[in-house]
Amino acid sequence: MSQYYYDLHVHSCLSPCADDDMTVHNIAGMAALKGLQIVALTDHNTCGNCRSFYAACKRQGIIPIAGMELTTAEEIHLICLFEELESAEAFEKEFKAYRLRVRNRVEIFGHQYYVDENDEVCGEEPDLLPPASALSLEEACRLAGSFQAFCYPAHVDRPSNGIINILGDLPESPAFSVIEYSSQADVAKMEADHPSLRGKKHVTNSDAHHLWDISEAEHALELADEPYSSSFVRRQLFRYLREGTS
Amino acid sequence: MTVRELVDRTGLTVLVLPDGDHEVSGVYAGDLLSWVMGRAKESQAFVTIMTNINVLAVTALLDLSCVIICEDAEVPPELIRSAEEKGINLLRSDAPEYETCVRLSSVL
Repeated sequence: MSQYYYDLHVHSCLSPCADDDMTVHNIAGMAALKGLQIVALTDHNTCGNCRSFYAACKRQGIIPIAGMELTTAEEIHLICLFEELESAEAFEKEFKAYRLRVRNRVEIFGHQYYVDENDEVCGEEPDLLPPASALSLEEACRLAGSFQAFCYPAHVDRPSNGIINILGDLPESPAFSVIEYSSQADVAKMEADHPSLRGKKHVTNSDAHHLWDISEAEHALELADEPYSSSFVRRQLFRYLREGTS
Repeated sequence: MTVRELVDRTGLTVLVLPDGDHEVSGVYAGDLLSWVMGRAKESQAFVTIMTNINVLAVTALLDLSCVIICEDAEVPPELIRSAEEKGINLLRSDAPEYETCVRLSSVL
């Protein structure tokens, strides 16, 4: 067992609201400098940079997680993490049909760059990625679950796109075993105000849109790691998220 | 005016009406449930496009007279079933929230 410092909510330059220098190599490099071991790439409604992110993380010795920050029809931000890169990509193919088709206006929202593992821009997404998809929270969890995703509501402490503010409380269904707090969250106050959050297993992530926002080595999980391989540790992480043990 | 009378005068679609005699004291429109929870007043009609099950929790908590789902938004069968069980009046409007409120205002 070892402590693994993580950040399971980071945006790349594919998210229009993220800096253009949030390239995969820059993210992996910054994460390594900060002493993180596990990082998830979670762009708005896309997994398009995850494959390059995997390659960049490999060079930096970071364990990558392919993910997506999905916007539900209720405008709830839902983090979907995939144990396998291929599952994330297969999910994205299916999910695309539920995205709102509205063109990005770069001058207003910013660029949505696809980058390769060497940080070279290799394309730009024409449709604006972050708006609400046509999937309700329940439907989104069901569809992502059919691709073996692990889902949790993002930044439950935030007024904008946080599940508590939108739904008034954690819903009974879908039942979330894990919730995410933002780095600025006052967990004690959240738990005092919302009994449904008390004792809930949580992760604390940066939701970084700039390189400097990526988490410091502050939040760790104790994970089994022998015999060591990055895919073994990744499996332990998912086990921890799903069952609370590793 | 009761919810049943409101339906008669506005032509809103009834999804379930287990408590048609509930008096309507006014209208509150909103889609952020936490916001609605802190502001809507007892017996108001709740105008929204949200169809999550928590809509019913807020409605029951505040004893609102009915929920009016606007723009013919698709209503999950569980919501209708649960409304019936909880004794909550669930109505639907083909118009957007603003037009729905205007229509309500003309009869209330």
